[in-house]
Amino acid sequence: MTTEPDDNLWAAIADPSRRRVLDLLVQRGEASASRLAGQVPFTRQAVSKHLLVLEQAGLIGHRKEGREVLYRIDADRLDQATRALADVARQWDRRLGTIKRLAEAAHAEATRATRKRRT
Amino acid sequence: MSTTEYQIEREIVIDAPIEVVWRTITEPDQISLWFADKVDLEIAPGATGYMGFGHQGGPVLVETVEPPTRFSFRWNHPAGERPAAGNSLLVEFTLVGEGERTRLRVAERGLEPLPWPDADKHRYAEEHNEGWGKFLDRLVGLVGDDK
Repeated sequence: MTTEPDDNLWAAIADPSRRRVLDLLVQRGEASASRLAGQVPFTRQAVSKHLLVLEQAGLIGHRKEGREVLYRIDADRLDQATRALADVARQWDRRLGTIKRLAEAAHAEATRATRKRRT
Repeated sequence: MSTTEYQIEREIVIDAPIEVVWRTITEPDQISLWFADKVDLEIAPGATGYMGFGHQGGPVLVETVEPPTRFSFRWNHPAGERPAAGNSLLVEFTLVGEGERTRLRVAERGLEPLPWPDADKHRYAEEHNEGWGKFLDRLVGLVGDDK
């Protein structure tokens, strides 16, 4: 499977631990991996891994300050992600619309067949 | 812990009886008309199958089959993993018959419980009951009213 931005996004938010990390960043603004690790019940290594995935999904960015790497929510890209989720909702609307057409056509067909048999 | 759930919910009313809608959403040759291009799936709880979308595709796990009211399956986007609680999204259809019409609801959500001790979960929920929840509220605001 190719890794399109949307796939990365889904993978990033489908994991509850990553949602925790994202949650913390939304709340704190900016933080290092060690600082974040102090707030969650998993290791610093795990936090670093989650940060990498979140960054690949475009939800966060980082900058270096001295020896520290500070992570923060990328507002523009978060907006993009938000729109991507809105697209998913629209996709479901389209699918439901298709289901409606199919079911109504099948029903109309069955009704016509029944009438034909009666006459 | 509901503040950390991702969820999209949509609904539509169909002018066809519930049994007809049930067949449309559960018969593989019908699924291929509204969802995936390629459907290789047995409609039974616990059955795993495959759904293809163009040149992409992945495994699907059927969870609930309760004709004609409930049908759910798991699918996931990360490549190479099998769908299970914790790595995938759950798509759940709920059908409600309203005379000759049917109300069809679809919810797509990630509702995996965390593998944490309950005490940690509670502590976390108390400390962080805003952040992601607010973010999700924003999402819901965006996706909830775009009909």
